Amino acid sequence: MSYIAIYVLWLREMKRFWRAKSRIVGALAMPLFFLAFLGLGFNRMGISGLSPGINYISFLVPGILGMSLLFSSTFGGLSVLWDKEFGFMKEIMVAPVSRVSIVLGRIAGGVTTALIQATMIMAVAMAMGFRPFSWLLFSLSPIIMILISACFLGLGLSFASQMKDLQGFSIVMNFVIFPLFFLSGALYPMDNFPHWLKIISFLDPLTYGVDGLRSVLIGASSFALSLDLIVIFISALGMVILGAYLFERSESL
Amino acid sequence: MKMDDSIIVKNLTRKFGELVAVNNISFSVHQGELFGFLGPNGAGKTTTINILATLLRPSAGQAFVAGHEVTRSPHEVRRNIGVVFQEIALDSKLTGQENLEFHAMMYGLSKQKRRSRIYEVLSLVDLVEKKDMLVENYSGGMKRRLEIARGLVHSPRILFLDEPTLGLDAQTRRHIWEYIKRLNGEEKVTIILTTHYMEEADNLCHRVAIMDEGKFVALDTPKKLKDLLGGDVVTLELERFHPAVIQKYETLPWIKTIKDHNNSLLLTMEKAEKRIPGLIRVAETNGNRVTSVSLHKPSLEDVFLYFTGRHIRDEEANSIERQRSKFRHHIRGRR
Repeated sequence: MSYIAIYVLWLREMKRFWRAKSRIVGALAMPLFFLAFLGLGFNRMGISGLSPGINYISFLVPGILGMSLLFSSTFGGLSVLWDKEFGFMKEIMVAPVSRVSIVLGRIAGGVTTALIQATMIMAVAMAMGFRPFSWLLFSLSPIIMILISACFLGLGLSFASQMKDLQGFSIVMNFVIFPLFFLSGALYPMDNFPHWLKIISFLDPLTYGVDGLRSVLIGASSFALSLDLIVIFISALGMVILGAYLFERSESL
Repeated sequence: MKMDDSIIVKNLTRKFGELVAVNNISFSVHQGELFGFLGPNGAGKTTTINILATLLRPSAGQAFVAGHEVTRSPHEVRRNIGVVFQEIALDSKLTGQENLEFHAMMYGLSKQKRRSRIYEVLSLVDLVEKKDMLVENYSGGMKRRLEIARGLVHSPRILFLDEPTLGLDAQTRRHIWEYIKRLNGEEKVTIILTTHYMEEADNLCHRVAIMDEGKFVALDTPKKLKDLLGGDVVTLELERFHPAVIQKYETLPWIKTIKDHNNSLLLTMEKAEKRIPGLIRVAETNGNRVTSVSLHKPSLEDVFLYFTGRHIRDEEANSIERQRSKFRHHIRGRR
């Protein structure tokens, strides 16, 4: 394990993120539009399945955080493909550092950028009037967000290791990321799903991530917080190990 | 093959699907040697380098770099090598300095060592003043120079250079050649380079492997390779041509062939520059007057032609330049 390599790759990610202002704006635009338009559009409609006393905007905020974490983390994992495309991957791969530290460095960078974005979304939500129901529990939210982010960075890395170029990107986008997003109940209560769909959504790690965020942010959730934490922790661990394994095994070119 | 050889390759083969990119090659590179791969595009030079640099796995055969097998102990191999890739492998969103800094950190250089080495390599490639510019604003030649600088930052024992001077102006090229030689001569760095510039291989390499379609067609010192062609060609232009000179030349054992084109004689021999005064003397004592003498030393270009029946230069240079410009367009299209 090379800690300096983890640090270097993290620092690289930070510098790139900081310099790509347009990327930050782009990454924030979609979740914020979702939050603003869905929130304002559906707020007055009686959506069944919401816990009593919770309006739709409050219900939506943890979902949008989950969405932002899902997208930016999966992209973060897939960004390995950009490095392959632009040749920089070779430079990383010939360096005398363990492949695990390369994976961990990427995950550290990806988690940090995802968290920065989530924080910005949270700030906007608060400006829109959102208030967490308990500041004590609120302090747990970064842990859940880190786990969600790590989980999907692992997923993105796993896909990137199996792909040669950016061709498969839209397939992953359409057939993996969007279904994971819609199944998670980020936008609506899962209780409205038919039974069979509900079972599938139980297999989606993001379901537990979003539910965990709801637990700590609005105090209303489908599962116990402990279950959410355990599932999302195991998913994150599993995906990171899978990503590292596939990355290690794949050829670098 | 001695065990202290820097690189030992045994029956190395690499396939991409049906395509056999590298076909059962064996060779070794001695410690401190400057070894070149010469061949047209698609000959398998870059694939071979990528295998030796642990980026690709061989389909069959074995390769040892600095005493370590590339698939079993890639980490130990990586510790000992530096690589300058054919295609740009820089992070364009970072400055030149940052690219080098990150590289040096990955290779575990201390802060002090980093500062001095980075300054050293930047001055070598003449980029000190541009070090804080983002690489995306660099010209093609500047990127290339920065890459070479980066390959040297961590003072590797074995350095791979894949087309190191492609696309550089003549002055920078000479500059880099000088440095490669110095690096090899003074710091005893073993260097393996691929090139399609004949004079580069000739000028730099102790030994050259001529590669074509995944195989070695010849491997020797540039001199010996050229000697295969029968030596130098001397052309004598004669006034008052007197055929007796030809009979006289035929008795000289070091003249290999004689061709008579009207008033000019084409002679092949080794070390022709030492023989010319003698040739002129013989001609003049036999009633001829020599009006001009020219000497053509065979180049590696001639050697490649001799072995494969094709010219390397046009083919190679064009196709690489094409690929590069395609690659650049590709990038622009995406970002």
